[in-house]
Amino acid sequence: MLKDITLGQYFPGNTLIHRLDPRTKLLCVVLYIVALFCAKWFVSYGLVAAVLITCIRISRVKLKTMTKGLKTVYIIVAFTAVMNLFFTGGEPVADLPILRHISQAGIYAAVFMVLRIIMLIMGTFLLTYTTSPISLTDALDSLFSPLKKLHVPIHELTLMMSLALRFIPTLIEETDKIMSAQKARGADFESGNILRRARALVPILVPLFVSAFRRADELATAMECRCYHGGEGRTALHVLRYARRDFAALALFVLLVIAVIVLRRFGL
Amino acid sequence: MEPILRVDHLTHTYSEGTPFERNAVEDMSLSVMPGEFLGIIGHTGSGKSTLIQHLNGLLKPTSGRVYLAGEDIWARPREIRRVRFRVGLVFQYPEYQLFEETAFEDIAFGPRNMGLDEKEIDQRVRSAAAFVGLEEDQLHRSPFELSGGQKRRVAIAGVIAMEPEVLILDEPTAGLDPNGREKILGQIRAYHRAKGNTVILVSHSMEEIARNVDRIAVLHRAHIYMDGTPAQVFARAKELTDIGLDVPQVTKVAHALRQRGIPVDGSVYTVEELQRQLLALKGGGGGC
Ligand SMILES: Nc1ncnc2c1ncn2[C@@H]1O[C@H](COP(=O)(O)OP(=O)(O)O)[C@@H](O)[C@H]1O
Ligand SMILES: [Mg+2]
Repeated sequence: MLKDITLGQYFPGNTLIHRLDPRTKLLCVVLYIVALFCAKWFVSYGLVAAVLITCIRISRVKLKTMTKGLKTVYIIVAFTAVMNLFFTGGEPVADLPILRHISQAGIYAAVFMVLRIIMLIMGTFLLTYTTSPISLTDALDSLFSPLKKLHVPIHELTLMMSLALRFIPTLIEETDKIMSAQKARGADFESGNILRRARALVPILVPLFVSAFRRADELATAMECRCYHGGEGRTALHVLRYARRDFAALALFVLLVIAVIVLRRFGL
Repeated sequence: MEPILRVDHLTHTYSEGTPFERNAVEDMSLSVMPGEFLGIIGHTGSGKSTLIQHLNGLLKPTSGRVYLAGEDIWARPREIRRVRFRVGLVFQYPEYQLFEETAFEDIAFGPRNMGLDEKEIDQRVRSAAAFVGLEEDQLHRSPFELSGGQKRRVAIAGVIAMEPEVLILDEPTAGLDPNGREKILGQIRAYHRAKGNTVILVSHSMEEIARNVDRIAVLHRAHIYMDGTPAQVFARAKELTDIGLDVPQVTKVAHALRQRGIPVDGSVYTVEELQRQLLALKGGGGGC
């Protein structure tokens, strides 16, 4: 079922990772990605991986959940691996069919590329698994608030983002329900040519749009009833505050970046 | 006689393998006879909707089997659509599934998927519309222009038009006013009488179930908690109230009378029956 997609889903918990300030987590992920892209050889990849694995262990997110999230990108990973393997120039590894097209540099490039993509995805997934969408948008709102001085509508943008995030699961659930209801009347979404399949979508899309507009309308009314009037002078229920653990986490990730850059100079 | 539907040790687990994993249906077994009017009752979240979505193959059992007229419905997964034409399911709030330009076309969606010819479709749509009390001019209006109750009746007609052997309705009266509720229940009763088909009515209102069905299955926390005639079920009023379900008002009155030493039957669930018993107690005397 559609609902089983775990992409960007939040699993509530109360571990150190869950308790970190969302801004810290966001900044740490950025630093982590920088480190990942500066990594050059196995030593630095190992270092970054060690940090990632430690974070996953602390967060108590099951490894199975992590790998399940990866399923959606297996094809991309396989594709980049093959591309790197065959299209990186250099000495062929052996003068045999197929192997003639593969260089040693190609093998390394493929391995590192795969490692990089997998670790990139796992790192960002860990962020969304341990941070609720609402606190993520709060974090964005806070981190980008200096831009408000330049009249960038940060509050409106983050509000749109949190509404979208809030309603994605609802819409998925709704789609599931409508699909079931139409299947109960014998609708067939799986057979026929492209034209027939596209036509088969009408009984899903029409009710889905009708209900999305109805929901949007109701939400707007509900917000107005509670005197919502934009971001001006608005205070937050949960005020974000950095704690000591946040500075520790940030320091750790800054160190990680420095370490990787140093290792890079030594070609490790 | 062979049951038309048989559920055998059915279990369904949602979101298997995630932290949200839960059994919505656990080891349920149930048989439904041809022509029977079965009521399924239980709290929100007790697994009613999950159970009935197995009966027409919308959900696949995690374990256990569902038999339609003696045949395992998943024996040939490719032909599951045929099961759906034979077991018609009206979802909760079915008016949110309407999509066609006219009510007529929307009711015709099911029969058209069955591959019937236009003449047959026309005849079926009209007869289904008559069952739910829709008028000719309403059939040619956009379903989105109709009132809430009318929309719901269009949606119910859309399933009846497939002429299923078993008609299942998931809380068909939810969110309607008492008038609209009574109207729809009356139409379902009339449909059952006229066709003699099997009807399964899901509800969380005891009053509603009591007055309509031949048999009641009570669901509680993913299990079948009771299964019997209304009289058998209401005789256990104490257990029902313990799990937070209501019993019909007359049943409450009967139990209160018994506690005061008046020997009426504790399982009455219609006003007429209680009246008859009280009059009999008075010594067969005439009026009150
Ligand atoms: N699509 C779904 N995914 C995950 N859990 C679900 C889904 N549908 C229902 N559930 C859960 O299964 C349980 C039974 O739900 P349901 O069968 O809808 O009960 P009822 O119809 O009696 O209210 C509930 O706890 C509900 O949260
Ligand atoms: Mg339900």
